[in-house]
Amino acid sequence: MTALLHQIFSGLASGGIYASVALALVLIYQATHLVNFAQGEMAMFATYIAWALVQAGLPYWPAFLLTLAIAFAGGVVIERVIIRPFDKAPVLASVCVFIGLLSIFNSLAGFIFTYTIKSFPSPFAEKAWYGTRFMSPHEVGEIAVTLAMLVLVYAFFRFTPLGLAMRAAAQNPVSSRLVGIRVGWMLALGWGLAAAAGAVAGMMAAPIVYLEPNMMGGILLYGFAGALLGGIDNPWGAVLGGFIVGVLENLAGGYVVGPDLKLTAALIIIVGVLVVRPSGLFGYRIVTRV
Amino acid sequence: MPALLEARGLKAYYGATPVLHGVDLVVEAGGITALLGANGAGKTTLLRAICAMVRREGEIRFAERALDGLGTEDVVRLGVGHVPDGRGTFVHLTVEENLRLGAYTRGDRARVADDFERVYAYFPRLRERRRQQAGTLSGGEQQMLAISRALMLAPKLLLLDEPSFGLAPLVVKDIFRILRTINRDERVSMLVVEQNATLALDLADRAYLMETGRVVMSGGADRIRGDESVRKSYLGY
Repeated sequence: MTALLHQIFSGLASGGIYASVALALVLIYQATHLVNFAQGEMAMFATYIAWALVQAGLPYWPAFLLTLAIAFAGGVVIERVIIRPFDKAPVLASVCVFIGLLSIFNSLAGFIFTYTIKSFPSPFAEKAWYGTRFMSPHEVGEIAVTLAMLVLVYAFFRFTPLGLAMRAAAQNPVSSRLVGIRVGWMLALGWGLAAAAGAVAGMMAAPIVYLEPNMMGGILLYGFAGALLGGIDNPWGAVLGGFIVGVLENLAGGYVVGPDLKLTAALIIIVGVLVVRPSGLFGYRIVTRV
Repeated sequence: MPALLEARGLKAYYGATPVLHGVDLVVEAGGITALLGANGAGKTTLLRAICAMVRREGEIRFAERALDGLGTEDVVRLGVGHVPDGRGTFVHLTVEENLRLGAYTRGDRARVADDFERVYAYFPRLRERRRQQAGTLSGGEQQMLAISRALMLAPKLLLLDEPSFGLAPLVVKDIFRILRTINRDERVSMLVVEQNATLALDLADRAYLMETGRVVMSGGADRIRGDESVRKSYLGY
């Protein structure tokens, strides 16, 4: 029983990381109907920036916040400079741009920081009081950070005029322009938020998976699977999907197929769900009157 | 009356295809101008050209300001409320959120709160349904919402694209009565595109008649109503 609970809780911990990645993917998908394959590498690069800041002597939390700000600004700049020109290009052109970005960030990280695996600090002390029998302090802290981020993002979209304008721009760009919303900037802000959410995932994952240019590869896949499972057009579904994938992956690895095939098993379950519910567990069914 | 909106030699294109071939048009400050014509005459395109939603050439001035080179957002921010073809409802958002988006560009919070009350007074149905998803409203209610959303901008000029389209006659009558009130009480000028010429000429004080991308007749609403060819082709008696 203890072992089972342990598997579930540590699944929730990795699920939090997948949920952050899923949220990042959804933020861009909702506005553009494109999946940003470079999301993981952008997160990895942001994590290297955090590492460099910590190495330069900055305490963890200021480095964390500064990294979020840098990632946000970076996301905005990438959208304005690199993605914008492909605004009206065919989908495949955008996909090529995403793959290009992925390999650029990957190589750039290797070039600047080398491919040597580095350890990344956790802000949560090894023997902190909030550690439990089932979860390490880092796992508890990481879930708390993820949840705090989700609450902030939710509050931003739900309660601020800018958040409302971003939702409007994603749903109906034409009408949004007609009420004076600068739709192009809303897309750029979406990229900024996505990059920041990804950076949170990267910094929370790095103490576990260690810092290296390929650290986000598997995590991006799980995050994408979580987003699809929950419903990629519904942020809260996607986030929940991320947590579900984390738990499923752990249970499958622990009890069913062993660690080598756990990714396979998790993905099979997800494909199964999608066959029955193509829009995901919590995907939108649009209700309109005509 | 002075001109609020003035277009000269306005051309518009969809891709490379020209749709407007040099339109001259004036909307007087405080007045209601109707834009009549058959399907495909270019009425909707003319409204879109004013708001820079299509590629355009020629001269447009609004409130003493040239509009060339401005994007849709900038034209809107000058005080042009566009009630588009198909109503442009944000279907996943609530009625209240739709209205709040209408006031997105305004900083004067107290006045915005007053304007909420004002549009709810014009359209009490919207107050009843303010927490409801806008996509679940009836066609008439969505048209009311579209007009209200444009009013929340505190516009100088309302562009209305077929406000009667697809609505029951009673609802249409109601909406046109309220448009007249808004024009009279708030001095909001209007440019109304309508297929229903009788309705439009009753509302408007001036009218333009369009055919295949050109203005073929213009003048006071009474004069247009009295014209024999208009009566035969558009009024049907």
